Amino acid sequence: MKFAVIVFPGSNCDSDMYHAIRDELGEEAEFIWHTEKSLASYDGILLPGGFSYGDYLRSGAIARFSNVMSEVIKAAEAGKPVLGVCNGFQILLEAGLLPGAMRRNKDLKFICRQQKLKVQNSRTLFTNAYEEGEVISVPIAHGEGNYYCDEQTLEELKQNNQIIFTYHGDNPNGSLEDIAGITNKNGNVLGMMPHPERAVDSLLGSADGLKLFQSIVKSWRESHVVTA
Amino acid sequence: MSLLLEPTPELIKSERIYAQMGLSDEEFTKVEEILGRLPNYTETGLFSVMWSEHCSYKNSKPVLKKFPVTGERVLQGPGEGAGIVDIGDEQAVVFKIESHNHPSAIEPYQGAATGVGGIIRDVFSMGARPIALLNSLRFGELDNDRVKYLFKEVVAGIAGYGNCIGIPTVGGEIQFDASYAGNPLVNAMCVGLIDHKDIKKGQAHGVGNTVMYVGAKTGRDGIHGATFASEELSETSEEKRPAVQVGDPFMEKLLLEACLELIQSDALVGIQDMGAAGLTSSSAEMASKAGSGIEMNLDFVPQRETGMTAYEMMLSESQERMLIVVKKGREQEIVDLFSKYGLEAVSVGKVTDDKNLTLYHNGELVAKVPADALAEEAPVYYKPSREPLYFQEFQQMENKSYNLADYKETLKQLLSQPTISSKEWVYDQYDYMVQTNTVVVPGSDAAVVRIRDTNKALAMTTDCNSRYLYLDPETGGKIAVAEAARNIVCSGGEPLAITDCLNFGNPEKPEIFWQIEKAADGMSDACRELSTPVIGGNVSLYNETNGVAVYPTPVVGMVGLIEDLKHVTTQSFKNAGDLIYVVGETKIEFAGSELQKMIEGRIFGKAPSIDLAVEKKRQSEILRAIKAGLAASAHDLAEGGLAVAVAESLFGTEGLGAEIQVTGDEAAALFSETQSRFLISVKPENRSAFEAITSDAALIGEVTSSPVLTVFAEENKRLFDADVNELYNTWKGAIPCLLK
Repeated sequence: MKFAVIVFPGSNCDSDMYHAIRDELGEEAEFIWHTEKSLASYDGILLPGGFSYGDYLRSGAIARFSNVMSEVIKAAEAGKPVLGVCNGFQILLEAGLLPGAMRRNKDLKFICRQQKLKVQNSRTLFTNAYEEGEVISVPIAHGEGNYYCDEQTLEELKQNNQIIFTYHGDNPNGSLEDIAGITNKNGNVLGMMPHPERAVDSLLGSADGLKLFQSIVKSWRESHVVTA
Repeated sequence: MSLLLEPTPELIKSERIYAQMGLSDEEFTKVEEILGRLPNYTETGLFSVMWSEHCSYKNSKPVLKKFPVTGERVLQGPGEGAGIVDIGDEQAVVFKIESHNHPSAIEPYQGAATGVGGIIRDVFSMGARPIALLNSLRFGELDNDRVKYLFKEVVAGIAGYGNCIGIPTVGGEIQFDASYAGNPLVNAMCVGLIDHKDIKKGQAHGVGNTVMYVGAKTGRDGIHGATFASEELSETSEEKRPAVQVGDPFMEKLLLEACLELIQSDALVGIQDMGAAGLTSSSAEMASKAGSGIEMNLDFVPQRETGMTAYEMMLSESQERMLIVVKKGREQEIVDLFSKYGLEAVSVGKVTDDKNLTLYHNGELVAKVPADALAEEAPVYYKPSREPLYFQEFQQMENKSYNLADYKETLKQLLSQPTISSKEWVYDQYDYMVQTNTVVVPGSDAAVVRIRDTNKALAMTTDCNSRYLYLDPETGGKIAVAEAARNIVCSGGEPLAITDCLNFGNPEKPEIFWQIEKAADGMSDACRELSTPVIGGNVSLYNETNGVAVYPTPVVGMVGLIEDLKHVTTQSFKNAGDLIYVVGETKIEFAGSELQKMIEGRIFGKAPSIDLAVEKKRQSEILRAIKAGLAASAHDLAEGGLAVAVAESLFGTEGLGAEIQVTGDEAAALFSETQSRFLISVKPENRSAFEAITSDAALIGEVTSSPVLTVFAEENKRLFDADVNELYNTWKGAIPCLLK
């Protein structure tokens, strides 16, 4: 499976994502600079964390206008898996691929730590290798991860099982209903604040994020076996 | 100010305008001699910044000569952006520490942020990819709003810059003491990784080659920052706020990536950061180091404000800029490379053979000055040195122990001292994991960062207990280096080299200069004994507020090599049943200790003694034991002594406790800060192998499975039982509580 790791000016988790895919997952990955005009040859799209455009104005607000974003939207509409982590999640929100918005953390401080998460829905292409209700440890590192949406949207998220991960134990940033990650209605676009690419090697504290990437590959293989 | 409004050379002399820029009468006379005429306004400015202490080390040079700067592994010693040490496999580690004390005292967020930005540029200008940041901070006591404000904003500034640029802030240290109330210390260290073939230098070789300006535009911020950094702080320092630069980490991230791409181009001849004294220092130093000259037309310098004069452009310390020299005819490649990142790369001049720094602006010659005169010929001062009166008084005091009514309560109080307590409130705000190589995160003795695609890792730490240095700068200087090495060793690394940041008061006071000299003597001895040469660093003098100096604080930044990831060791106890050893005997040494400060409200007496030969022997034994897989945990005994070290080794474990027995003077056994000691836990089956390697390890107890710390004295006298969770909460909650 071939992944595109989108690089905006100011992205800084692009290499981490790249290494997670190549070194730990054993799949193909390439860096895609924000000016690229086609993503047709990639099977999965990864929007890494960082501070795209310095997070000036508002996190993700400028990145959504880059050239490559119309291609990301196209890929999402075509049903390809699209994963946005941290700043990538913020960009997906700004681009309208996911509902809701981000506010600054409740303590108004950046927070970096290992964080317990609960897998709320394991029937998605991103989470099929997890058990439903499984508690995993994945690092967070953000200043604006306080997810918010209106009541109606929240109701829809719940109805459609779009809430994929919630914070377990302490809610570090004040997000609504402890939300840590959500998908679109179709289930092929996932945005999450925690960094699964930082949790792929137990030497660094946790390998619980690896199953997320394995899930993506498994789903992709299955869908391609059918057509082959 | 247009050229016409600038004072004439005659007026500069008669009105002593040079003095406002920081030049002394003698220095101005020397400038006149060098030029054979009076300098104009711009030229006076060039000399004043380049001859400031910050840029020229004119007061500290005689002291810096004391340091050992060479070693088998040293590829680059002091003199370039950062020092470089070989780590094998054609790779090297690049590192340096630098201060940003004065800016942080008046504008803490930007002062700290631009301190981080500057040290990162020093490292990537050598061609290295920055892989880690550390810092060393000093503040007054957290009992007044000003200090709390400085502390919060400095931490936020470090976080804001480091997090955005995507370099993990993996470690550091913080001490709180009244002497830093008005003059906090903010020292930032950056560590980079490089392939030998990529090492670049800041030298302008090749007559006719093109000088290019890359990165952010030049504004009026930071003008005379280097001069400001070379004065004492006072009530009027607030007026110097415009001398503080403003940082843009996003811009620096782009500059970093562009420069690392540039390094691979054979069009590049030399590269140097525009740090202190900006365009002036980068151009003069690059020319001087290469024995060449540089001619620039300032009309081409990208400017973000209108009507800037030559003086303003040359003295601006606007951030995120680099000066590069490229082969003639290859300029367009460079322009294209930088434009990919949305950055400007502009040809501003050329390399000449006349050894002058020559500047044109608006069609006129505005400066022509020998580059060596600016970069190398600042006067060197041999300042008078005098032993302060307090020193002999302290030396004659006897070491006394304390009669403590309640050891458990004392331990709890120590754990809640901000210097000892958990710094989680601080490092929680730093992204210490980005780049996904951080094996040991903040909170242990040293941070450990793996080297991708190898089985190796780097251990890194910053250290300096300035209280010992105040009591006795020579002994304290030895201890600072030795403690850093102890931290590296406890993490499983072999100490390689150090970078130092010499923070002192006003060197024009003989008692202060004595502190600087003695500290350097002590550090040099320790560096020689422990084979850790000084590969670079920074001097920050004039750290005084209203005439009162900070404690002498020569911060040591040390990097060590871990040959195999298997050797990585942390301070936490691992398993119930493991044996606990203290390596090294304990003496009654409370002078400068956390306990003394807590009980007496001040420090006095004779600093803890240190025998460098013993230190070295123990360190090599501990490292051997670690490499042989015999140490389950390793921790150095530092502030608060054994009791604090044992508590720290229990924190963060899953419900472990410890039962230990101490001998001799009870208070000393628990809280004395005798040097060269280690706390090691060992699996029972490794007992004899461990004891065979270590010559002075004493078995004091074992790790238990219930979260209680039980301490016995001689004859099985039970001193106390402490609930580990209670100790932990005290330790963890102290700083958040003080900030409320």
